[in-house]
Amino acid sequence: MGKGILEVFIQYWPVFLQGALGTLKFAAIAVLGGTVVGTLVSILHLSKNRLLSGFAGVYVNVLRGTPLLVQMYISYFFIPMVIPALNSIDKIYYVLFALTLNSSAYVSEVIRGGINAVDKGQTEAARSLGMSAKNCMIRIILPQAIKNILPALANEYIAMIKETSLAGTFMCYELMYTRTLLANKYLVWQPLFIIAAIYLVMTLSLSWLVKVLEKRMSVSD
Amino acid sequence: MTDKNIPIIETVDLHKSFGSLQVLKGINEKIYSGEVVTIIGPSGGGKSTFLRCLNLLEEPTSGTVYFEGNALDSKSTNLNQHRQKIGMVFQLFNVFPHLTALENITITPILEKKIPKEQAEKEAMELLRQVGLEDKANEYPRKLSGGQKQRLAIVRAMAMHPDVMLFDEPTSALDPEMVKGVLNVIKGLAESGMTCVIVTHEMGFAREVSDRVLFIDGGIVAEEGTPEEVFDHPKNPRTKEFLSQVL
Repeated sequence: MGKGILEVFIQYWPVFLQGALGTLKFAAIAVLGGTVVGTLVSILHLSKNRLLSGFAGVYVNVLRGTPLLVQMYISYFFIPMVIPALNSIDKIYYVLFALTLNSSAYVSEVIRGGINAVDKGQTEAARSLGMSAKNCMIRIILPQAIKNILPALANEYIAMIKETSLAGTFMCYELMYTRTLLANKYLVWQPLFIIAAIYLVMTLSLSWLVKVLEKRMSVSD
Repeated sequence: MTDKNIPIIETVDLHKSFGSLQVLKGINEKIYSGEVVTIIGPSGGGKSTFLRCLNLLEEPTSGTVYFEGNALDSKSTNLNQHRQKIGMVFQLFNVFPHLTALENITITPILEKKIPKEQAEKEAMELLRQVGLEDKANEYPRKLSGGQKQRLAIVRAMAMHPDVMLFDEPTSALDPEMVKGVLNVIKGLAESGMTCVIVTHEMGFAREVSDRVLFIDGGIVAEEGTPEEVFDHPKNPRTKEFLSQVL
């Protein structure tokens, strides 16, 4: 069996810390990027323009219907191959690119559902006052939509935190990569439990944060 | 202000279909400044659709809506700017549930007319006072009764300083004891000279406030005239039949 879990953690905590910071960074980029891109995709999806909504539909189907790991490989190897100018960019960004697009597809579907669930009368009232389509979406529809979809959105964010673990496959320094590092020191099983515990702390913290946010947003109920 | 000779709203050969269902079959109407026009008629006759075409919430299938002389569907028309001058009040209030009463009123003037927040809030408080809601300024709509929501919706539209107000069955979703308060607010507006177009089932109210009554049935204006003409001496048999059922 060798060393105990606690012993390994005490000896190598800086390795885990750096891994955890890497994971947090990747997760933050995936969550923020995925939410921004996902919101835009959901708006395209709801557009009256068939070309735009069709594009959004294909985008979502392709990204949801193929494995994230495959998308990461394609992004990692194929993009620099066809666009050599991008070769100088750190490879991490190719992995993050795939992660962000993948998460945007899931987020866009959640947001689309949320927007659809807001009463049509809200749009009509805002537009009849002379509010622009953009302001109506940002100030009237999205705040109501997001309040309703917060639990579903939290699910997606939790999934994203966990999926950043795939980045370790590409030698990106995040939590899962610490396993590879420590396996070289013949520490095979101890790091796994430490890694799992750290993921759990992260996802539980996020759940808690969303609960607080839900409470704050429910002042109008 | 506007030239008295140009109608505030004019519709020319207005048609509207939903799929194969023809709802409006050619409506030509002129509404002048200061007029109070009520629209009555059976359900499904096209009243609400007609009203909703006036600010292009429904896009006409053919025909044109002119607002103060400008074709609303023209590419060169800034629809948002014109809509700011066409207030609308809905059957189901459509107040913004995530905003306080005060914010419901101030959000559009601040966003679209770039009115300073303080000034917008001062004006909004005055409007709330006029409809007896000043103590509800910081409440969210959930805490308001139906009648209070509708009064809020009316002053929300008034805060844009519209030239005309459209009312789409403003009291149909209210409990009976709330109806009077809302009708009084609309009556006050009408008496202050605001141009009003009101779709309503409140016949007593229509008779009392209207300069002109339109009876819309089967997608056309089947009869129109002063309240006395339409209510007391209807010429069209459809009008007679309708009135005998509702009065």
